[in-house]
Parts: sequence; C-alpha cells; structure tokens
Amino acid sequence: MKAAVITFPGSNREGDVAKALRQAGASVIPVWHAETKLPAGTDLVVLPGGFSYGDYLRTGAIAGRANIMDATRAHAARGGYVLGICNGFQIACEAGLLPGILMRNADLKFVCKRQHLTVERADTPYARAYAKGQVIDVCIAHGEGNYIADTDTLARLEGEGLVAFRYCDANGQVTPAANPNGSQNGIAGIYSPGFNVLGLMPHPENLIDGLTGGTDGRGMFESLMACRKAA
Amino acid sequence: MKARVTVTLKTGVLDPQGKAIEGALKSLGIAGVDSVRQGKVFDIALSGSDKASAEAALKTACEKLLANTVIENYRVEIEG
Repeated sequence: MKAAVITFPGSNREGDVAKALRQAGASVIPVWHAETKLPAGTDLVVLPGGFSYGDYLRTGAIAGRANIMDATRAHAARGGYVLGICNGFQIACEAGLLPGILMRNADLKFVCKRQHLTVERADTPYARAYAKGQVIDVCIAHGEGNYIADTDTLARLEGEGLVAFRYCDANGQVTPAANPNGSQNGIAGIYSPGFNVLGLMPHPENLIDGLTGGTDGRGMFESLMACRKAA
Repeated sequence: MKARVTVTLKTGVLDPQGKAIEGALKSLGIAGVDSVRQGKVFDIALSGSDKASAEAALKTACEKLLANTVIENYRVEIEG
C-alpha cells in the first residue's frame, strides 16, 4: 500500500502516522500541501493531526482549501482511501469530504488523555482487524472535537451505519460521562458512504508500541494494509 | 472601498464560547444580559470601485472560506 501523508503548515503528527503506516507495511510518501497532484499509484491519502494554519479562522478551514485538496477530493471520488486524524478530520469536514463540523469542546477545555472507543462496525477497510463492539483504548488531544451535524445528516449517518467509533467507558457504555467533548451521539469518527473516507478525532497512531502505552491503534493501519485499490 | 463581513452562528447551533462569555458578563454584574452569541468580523480593503462586483466577490469569499455555511450565516456591508 502506498500512502501519501500530506503536510500543511502547522501539521505536527505526520511523523507519527508515517511511523504507524510503515510499521504496518506501507510505503509512505510525504506530500506538501501546495502540490497539485498526488504521487502516481497513491492508495491512501492521510491528513495528519496538528494545528494547520494555527487553527486560524476555523480549525481545518484554510488547509481544507489547499491545492492538494482538489486532488484528494478526486482521489476520494474514485473510491481511493482518505484518512483524516484529529486536525485531519477537521480538514476533511471543511473540504467537504465528510459532512458536519467539529466545534469547540462543550466544556471549552482542550482535552488530552486516554480514551476508550467502541468499534461500531468491523466490516470496513479501516476496522477489519477489530471486532464489532470491541472496546479499544487510544488517545485524544483536541480543543475542537465536538461533532455537530444537522438533524437530517445525523439521521443519515446513523441510518446508513456510517458512525465508525463512539466515545465510551472502559465497559463499552456510550454515556454522557464518557463523552469528552459533547459530540452528538458520542461520535468519535465517521465514514463516507463508500467507507473509503474515515475521519476521527482520536489518535490511533499514538498506540502502536507497547513501550509507549499500548497497541490498540495498530489495528487500523493493519486493516488498511489488506486493502489495495488503485487511485 | 472598504467592506465589513460579519459571520455569526446560525440559530440553534450550540455556542459554548458565547455561553462562557455570557457567564462572565453576568459574573461581572452587567445588568440586563439575557444571552450572548459570539461571531467574527472581517474588515476588508478592496481595490476597484464597482460596488456590485465587490459584493459578488465578497459573497464568493464567504461561501468559499470566510463562513462555514453548515453552521454560520454571513452578512456583507460595503461602505460608500
């Protein structure tokens, strides 16, 4: 699998996600946001975490209009994989790759901690290494992770099974107390209708090595390696 | 020409920052504050003198970047 990791001014998790991808067996090509084309043969485009453009205007707003995003939208429209993590999820929403928006956390605090998630479905390119309903332990670090969509969009996401992960407690219960940011329905990540685009606030790339706290994030990258779709 | 673009949250969209500001105003004892919604103001200097084309350009600017129309409304005002 060939993965293009886009770097925007202010991205800071591109190195970690590249490491996670390489560990799973991907070849990684760093791509600067001002490029207009993706490398030939790109299977997966990764929008990494960070604070692109200092979160000016709205999180992900300026990066969402970068040159490379036209190529990324075309890649997604062809069924190519696009993974947006944290700021990358915000960028994907602002770029129109996914519906809705990430608003300021309901309690206004930047939250940086370990967080349990439920895997809502395991029959997708990103989650086949997990089991449906599995509780995984990952990290979150964001100030704007409060997922908001209008009523119709939310009903569509739920009705079509496009919620990828929800915030939960250690027992897998999706409760208001386990929701770190006020997201509607505890949503931590969503898929596009074709399941080729995934945006999520948590950082699976943080949890790929037992030395640094756990390996529950590996499954996502290993799942992707089983998929090969030409761009 | 000068223009002012005002971007505000749509009715019904949760505004935690506005709520916090509202709480702060109340704790300062400012009388008569019912609620606060916060937003953004952009003061934009424009070259050219055609008001209609400036208005069209700024509308495009709002739709493409300045506002996220999922959650925000915008208003464009052009000074004489």
